[in-house]
Amino acid sequence: MISYIARRLAFAVILVFTVSSASLVLARLAPGDYVTTSLGIDARRETVERARARYRLDRSIGEQYRDWIVGAARLDFGRSLVYDRPVTDLIPERAANTAVLALTALAAATLIGLPLGIITGSRRGGVAAWAIRAASLVLLSMPPLLTSLFLVFAAARTGWLPVGGMSAAGAASEGATFDLLRHLVVPAAALALPLAAMFERLQAQAMSEVVGQPFVLATLARGVPRARVVWRDALKAALRPVAAVYGLVVGTLLSGSFAVEVITAWPGLGRLMLDALRARDVYLVAGCAAAGSMFLAAGTLMSDAALALVDPRTSE
Amino acid sequence: MTRLFGWTLLAAAVVAASGAPLLAPHASDDQFRGLLNAAPTFPHLVDDSGHWHRPFIYPWTLVSQLEQRYEQDRSTRVGLVWFTRGRLVGSADDSRAPLMLLGADSYGRDVFSRLLFGARISLALSIVAALGSMLAGVLIGGLAGYIGGGVDDLLMRASDFVLVLPAMYVALALRSVLPLVLASGTVFGLLAAIFAVVGAPFISRGVRAIVRAEKQLDYAVAVASLGAGHARLLARHLLPAARGFIVVEITMLVPAFIVAEATLSYVGLGFPDPVASWGTMLHDASNVRAFADFPWLLSPAAAMFLVVLGLNLVMEQSGVAPVMGAPVAEGAGRLQSE
Repeated sequence: MISYIARRLAFAVILVFTVSSASLVLARLAPGDYVTTSLGIDARRETVERARARYRLDRSIGEQYRDWIVGAARLDFGRSLVYDRPVTDLIPERAANTAVLALTALAAATLIGLPLGIITGSRRGGVAAWAIRAASLVLLSMPPLLTSLFLVFAAARTGWLPVGGMSAAGAASEGATFDLLRHLVVPAAALALPLAAMFERLQAQAMSEVVGQPFVLATLARGVPRARVVWRDALKAALRPVAAVYGLVVGTLLSGSFAVEVITAWPGLGRLMLDALRARDVYLVAGCAAAGSMFLAAGTLMSDAALALVDPRTSE
Repeated sequence: MTRLFGWTLLAAAVVAASGAPLLAPHASDDQFRGLLNAAPTFPHLVDDSGHWHRPFIYPWTLVSQLEQRYEQDRSTRVGLVWFTRGRLVGSADDSRAPLMLLGADSYGRDVFSRLLFGARISLALSIVAALGSMLAGVLIGGLAGYIGGGVDDLLMRASDFVLVLPAMYVALALRSVLPLVLASGTVFGLLAAIFAVVGAPFISRGVRAIVRAEKQLDYAVAVASLGAGHARLLARHLLPAARGFIVVEITMLVPAFIVAEATLSYVGLGFPDPVASWGTMLHDASNVRAFADFPWLLSPAAAMFLVVLGLNLVMEQSGVAPVMGAPVAEGAGRLQSE
């Protein structure tokens, strides 16, 4: 068990290190740098060179990478060129926004998807099961890009919910939480709906396999009520697939939240990274990648733990 | 029944894409400067006085330049002409009253025609990218499964790594390494290559497991003892066992790639502007006012939904897991158990 945890932790560390290093090098290798994109092409040569020296972009990739690694070891991830502030000042707020969005969506998807999957998986037919399955199929065909477009359209048409951003201008401070929640509805629903459909299908499949097993029949034959068999005995055996998918769902959530953040103007990590990539703001790119990969690492670790709980064989 | 519906949707998409030059009333970059964001023109059969005519449309007249509102000019009927100028159908008076079944975008271009031409790029790109993933995945998975040992370890660790990363960010990072503005042909090749890299691990993991299992079976041992070389054994006997798995994976990668192209184009890292793809069309619609007032600009999103739905319906009825996450779950299971 201990060596299992150690191996998973080592994987997490390697993940964060590789992803942030690779993104720094990639951003640096890209044609053009912050100076050329910010000053334009008709800036004078001396101006460009002076700016390069000021931002310390005149070093070789190797030198720059070495300095960055040395700094990162002391939790100094460099200064953003665009915002002229330390990267560590910029990232936490945006990362928290993405985390709020992703965790809300994950919780909503689990609360909606799992129970529905248990219902459809444990029943042969019936209108309810059929309707849930049809809804799942429709939602599975709508990735977050499409759900957020349609939901923003619906919100703009009806005027019931804000269409973008995180807070209304001039919202009273006592209503701030409520205002945030109102702004969270559209992005979180856009991210949660396809995920809920996926959970529902996975859970239904696992459930219908378990319900057919002899131990379920035996329990029923002993006179245990059906609902109790389904929701207690069969469910325990049918949780593995969803628990297994949880770790990779973090990746799906981050991918999906990128589209959602761009469309609903939610100020999260994805939009920050996009802007940083466009402006060739190398340290900010690497910082965003480091933060994103920490989310991933945390997600895979949590799903490992969840899986080990559901199925102790995993950690052997 | 649902399967038939799924096939119908897919067939419609293929017909729309391949027949675009004939079916589309306009070229993808024809502009009507007087009709920016004009609403769809519906063909009518009955006029206001209740008389029947051959299909016709009413021209739009501008009511408000600022709000881009138009009203139908119910006094003039413009007939539709068939099989002229190499197109299936068009307006008799194209310069004044063009036929725009899905309205016009903010440049005054016909959304319906752009949707058809866009289908070509979006579908071709995702199919080419899926085939690329297949080639790379079969090569990597086949070698890893056949050779085993250190090669297997190395290739599968690399595959796991790419699999864990959020695909959208990998594509985004790889795309932005290259110049932000590129010719459309270059963008096509580039995006196809990037998507192939992101998609390959999904295929390589499964192919590797299948090849490993098949290699132990009696028939494989028999073929080898009959004198078949490694290449022949792998290509002729072991890989065909993975055919079903590969088909399933491809039908899951294609929709993912359609959406990935749309996302990249939406943020301005996909195809350059005059090119019509479903993503660049959404990019044109990317402001709040367009969403609320000109809903026909969302038609590429609807088209994407229908194609993905078609694929899901076809797969669901052929007894294959209809779950997008299924191969991921399987991969996760394997990831965890090692």
